[in-house]
Amino acid sequence: MKKVGVFVCHCGTNISQTVHCEKLAEAAKTLPGVAFSTEYKYMCSDPGQTMIKEAIAEHGLDRVVVAACSPRMHETTFRKCIDSGGLNPYMLEIANIREQCSWVHSDKDKATAKAGDLVNMAVAKVLKNEQLPSSFIPVHKRALVIGGGIAGIQAALDIADTGYHVDLVEREPSIGGKMAQIDKTFPTMDCSACILTPKMVDASQHPNITIIPYSEVEKVDGYVGNFDVTIRRKASYVDSVKCTGCGLCSEKCPSKKIPSEFECNLGTRPAIYSPFPQAIPNKPVIDRENCRYFKTGKCKICARVCTADAVNFEDQDEMVQIRYGAIVVATGYTLYDHSQYGEYGYGHYKDVISGLEFERLVNASGPTMGKIKRPSDNTEPKNVVFIKCVGSRDKARGHDYCSRACCMYTAKHATMVRDKIKDSQAIIFYMDIRTPGKNYEEFYLRGVEEYGVTYVRGRVSRIYEEGEGENRKLIVQGEDTLLGKQVFVDADMVVLATAMEPQPDAAGFARKIGISYDQNNFFSEAHPKLRPVETLSAGIYLAGACQGPKDIPDTVAQAGAAAAKVVALLSKDEMETEPIVAKVDTDRCSGCGFCIPICPYKAISFTDLTERVHGSVAWGPTGKEVKRQVANVNNGLCQGCGACTVNCRAGALDLLGFTNEQILAEVDSLW
Amino acid sequence: MKYAYYPGCSLSGTGLEYNISTQAVAPLLGIELCELPDWSCCGASSAHLQDHTLALALPARNAALGEEQGLSLAIPCAACLSRSKAAEHAVKTSEDMRAQIESLIDRPYQATYPVKSILEIFIDAGLDTLKENIIKPLTGLKVASYYGCLQARPTDFMDVDDPENPQTIDTIVAALGAEPVSWSHKTECCGNSHPIAYPEVGGPLVNRILEQAEKSGADCIVCACPMCLGNLDMRQKALGKKRGRPFNLPVFYFTQLMGLALNLRPKKLGLKKHFISPIPLLSKKDLLKRIKIKKVKNKPADTPVPASESTETPTPNPDNKKGGPA
Amino acid sequence: MVNSLDPTCNTTPEPMTPGSTTPNPTPLEISAAELTVPQNTSAASAKDIASDWEPKILVFACQYCTYAGADLAGLSRLQYPTTTRVLRVPCSGRTNPQFVIRAFQKGFDGVLVAGCHPGDCHFTTGNYFTRRRYLLMTRLMEFIGLDPRRFRVCWISGSEGPKFQQVVTELTDTIRPLGPSQKLWDEGGISS
Repeated sequence: MKKVGVFVCHCGTNISQTVHCEKLAEAAKTLPGVAFSTEYKYMCSDPGQTMIKEAIAEHGLDRVVVAACSPRMHETTFRKCIDSGGLNPYMLEIANIREQCSWVHSDKDKATAKAGDLVNMAVAKVLKNEQLPSSFIPVHKRALVIGGGIAGIQAALDIADTGYHVDLVEREPSIGGKMAQIDKTFPTMDCSACILTPKMVDASQHPNITIIPYSEVEKVDGYVGNFDVTIRRKASYVDSVKCTGCGLCSEKCPSKKIPSEFECNLGTRPAIYSPFPQAIPNKPVIDRENCRYFKTGKCKICARVCTADAVNFEDQDEMVQIRYGAIVVATGYTLYDHSQYGEYGYGHYKDVISGLEFERLVNASGPTMGKIKRPSDNTEPKNVVFIKCVGSRDKARGHDYCSRACCMYTAKHATMVRDKIKDSQAIIFYMDIRTPGKNYEEFYLRGVEEYGVTYVRGRVSRIYEEGEGENRKLIVQGEDTLLGKQVFVDADMVVLATAMEPQPDAAGFARKIGISYDQNNFFSEAHPKLRPVETLSAGIYLAGACQGPKDIPDTVAQAGAAAAKVVALLSKDEMETEPIVAKVDTDRCSGCGFCIPICPYKAISFTDLTERVHGSVAWGPTGKEVKRQVANVNNGLCQGCGACTVNCRAGALDLLGFTNEQILAEVDSLW
Repeated sequence: MKYAYYPGCSLSGTGLEYNISTQAVAPLLGIELCELPDWSCCGASSAHLQDHTLALALPARNAALGEEQGLSLAIPCAACLSRSKAAEHAVKTSEDMRAQIESLIDRPYQATYPVKSILEIFIDAGLDTLKENIIKPLTGLKVASYYGCLQARPTDFMDVDDPENPQTIDTIVAALGAEPVSWSHKTECCGNSHPIAYPEVGGPLVNRILEQAEKSGADCIVCACPMCLGNLDMRQKALGKKRGRPFNLPVFYFTQLMGLALNLRPKKLGLKKHFISPIPLLSKKDLLKRIKIKKVKNKPADTPVPASESTETPTPNPDNKKGGPA
Repeated sequence: MVNSLDPTCNTTPEPMTPGSTTPNPTPLEISAAELTVPQNTSAASAKDIASDWEPKILVFACQYCTYAGADLAGLSRLQYPTTTRVLRVPCSGRTNPQFVIRAFQKGFDGVLVAGCHPGDCHFTTGNYFTRRRYLLMTRLMEFIGLDPRRFRVCWISGSEGPKFQQVVTELTDTIRPLGPSQKLWDEGGISS
């Protein structure tokens, strides 16, 4: 005997203002199957929920309809409520009489009539609800962090400290990311490498962390708790076990003038190289495209001088497949390429550089040993102009968004110019000055007041060269909006605060691992406000600039948050999955397989069914059996979209929680 | 290749040299320019101020007339060009606008024949054709190519060239044997009518362009627009006086330089009409004297040509009469 | 070829056959009502329809986008006709064309199937199937003579509250002059 309880909420006056709740509750009593109906001011409140639980007990209700706000608000709340009232949590339906009734209509009679219809629908549906059992999937207790910058390192450390094992995959030869290239960090002016390297060392020495350097994620199969990840370990041609990191090979390598990626092409490196002195792991790799031996067949000097016999020219890429319970994506960012900016010279002016290039110049272990020098002629610049928002907040040439860290690092750069170069001028062209973090505003003001940095409000329309030969100089043509005048500045060097962009292969990578990305190719978080480190793909989390432009403090915080989510997942032996999944009626399934390609999660596959032939009485060799193929749904993979159900020609596939019968009942109930 | 030539209002007035030189040079490269019969004003900036639809309909009328003859318009003046291309773009992108324009001009207009600038028609004819016909390469002449604002902007429909660093005129200049200099003010505004109406605003704009051209080491400036040339040429003397040092930067139409390289008479190129006379410069660079080509009659093709009477070394091209088509 | 699968829902398709309308007033009561069918079966005239008749529209709304968009319309207090009924499905790909036919059979005057914009489906590919299925379905309905203006497929995202209001209002306004839907209406009643 099905007994429905209907509970109408006033939601204060939100609903009751436009919908006659008492009348609604009264009318609900007349509906077939309804054993009890009432109304209350705040159904979601403690007393409201108690009312529901008591009614269940008192009237022997076996299913509940709540007519209140949107199920997107409180479906979970009421599910938990009836669960603690002794019912299966899926014996609940919600009639949305607030967002989709009282708030969008004004005529009280018509709105009440509509609310009645909505309650009808919910009752008709709930009468066909079934008790849905949750299923459990095992959770493999190992985490993967993709990306070895500060975000990845921090996430790995936080997960490893709780006792779970973490693999940290990085595609460069060393971990460290962009933070290793930076000189000083705002607002404290800590040396970046000095605060980063201890963390890098911690990560390399942590018993629970395995660093997998010079490798990339090739494929991700599986699902939350059970990701089967294929990692390509790129051929480095150096045996990292034998190698001692002595560096003799790099010293003796004859191909020394290769532009160094780490130095932003302002410096050089040899073909067998470690990107920077504090690299971890400190084992060199051979750049095959520039190696003399690979190009000409002659050389092998590195192999000859190596005392550990670690060089191996026969090395090949290796694919490894490992299972993980959770994945953290921390792939970081790249910078907007200003060589597409015609107004600033298409990248042809050597002394017009990006902020990261400036970091390398000013870094004591950089290509100029920390002396700020013009790339064109190696002289010290006196007038340095900084331009902010290059490629950010720029609909015409770049992106709409703000890159968040540039105002601070430009203030930092300008302060360093004033500090390091005698009689210098630092002029910053800005649209706004955004200093939201702790001590950020004070940092910027110090630059202005103590270091004499000049801020000019206006955009720079052009940078051009004037004169020829030795007399050539850069002119920055901009505007001072506060004075209402055009401004022409003679510049020795121009530093552009270029926009932070996701890695160039971000979109392809997201598709590979199954997460979504937004129109700027940053990876999408599940909810911008309340779920900033999760993705809509269960088990995959985000940390750092791959999710959106941010500075180091925010990155570290986000990495810790992602780690917490990972640990929450890994701490369970089993994970409960939502039972709203597709179900195959094997009696009707003909094994046509039409449903299989529909599923984006590859949740449907064939399975064999052995049945007795009609008429035979026994199993086994004495009876006759027939084997046939039917569709089978993996409950762990199925996300409950129901697209397959429509395709099924026999009507064998149905979606639990939104069955065909339920939906048709809803349609019918309105007439 | 035949085009409907649209001179516009300026080519018989301030742009007379442009007209003369273009008409002289085109046939040498196999281009036939037939003046569009019954052409009317394109509206330029005046119509644009009054009413947007009118501003598109006026140039569309001329393009429609050309279309009736099955010809593309060839337009020298940059403003006429810009308005005509705007009309073409509007017609191509909006059915509604096309209907409005067609009803205003009272004839159909499909924009099937793209309107082209004189620059484009020469590029379309082929730089090789040009190079083959050059008799007197302009060696040693350093030229600053000035495009002005309308040749490469707005990029919606003026998309033949890069808006920040256009190269079309430079390419032609290089093909003529001269040396295009790299300079920064290729597309800076010359002030349009401001040097006349508002000299305190327009003057500095022209001054900036001339100064940069000078600093880049150019001997002269080359333009493709009567307005630009007008401003750079007519205001130069006064601006030179103001700063206490003359500029001495003759301003040419690129078609005039083409004419010189193709060995046309300077008189035929309107060189005497400039305010800043280019004659001293051309003289200095030895580019004024025409090369006399002896007509070779009844002689087999491989007989060497006798040396000419001019002091210049002729380019060996025995079958080429003076300035004949390739 | 008329196609009501306009992703921006901006064009109103022309009907292939002018629909004939027979009066069929639908009383709006709280409890499920019997359909009162007038005995008058003569050809339509506007005054035969009840003066306060409004077209009843059923919206199959996908949980992640359209339903959220409708909720947003509610949060923003955007008003739309009271004769709209929303049926929640997890994905627009769940809506079986048979549900749509059922809706018309039962007496709905218009049906809207709405989901996430192509490329944004929460389940990645569900709305692509919706698109394909409903293209076929529209042709089928035209073939059987149902006015295609009564059926629409639309993409409404979770942030498009105003769009939800606009689409639903426009659909109601488009259907109002067409009168109550007759073509598929099964008067005898389909067994529930």
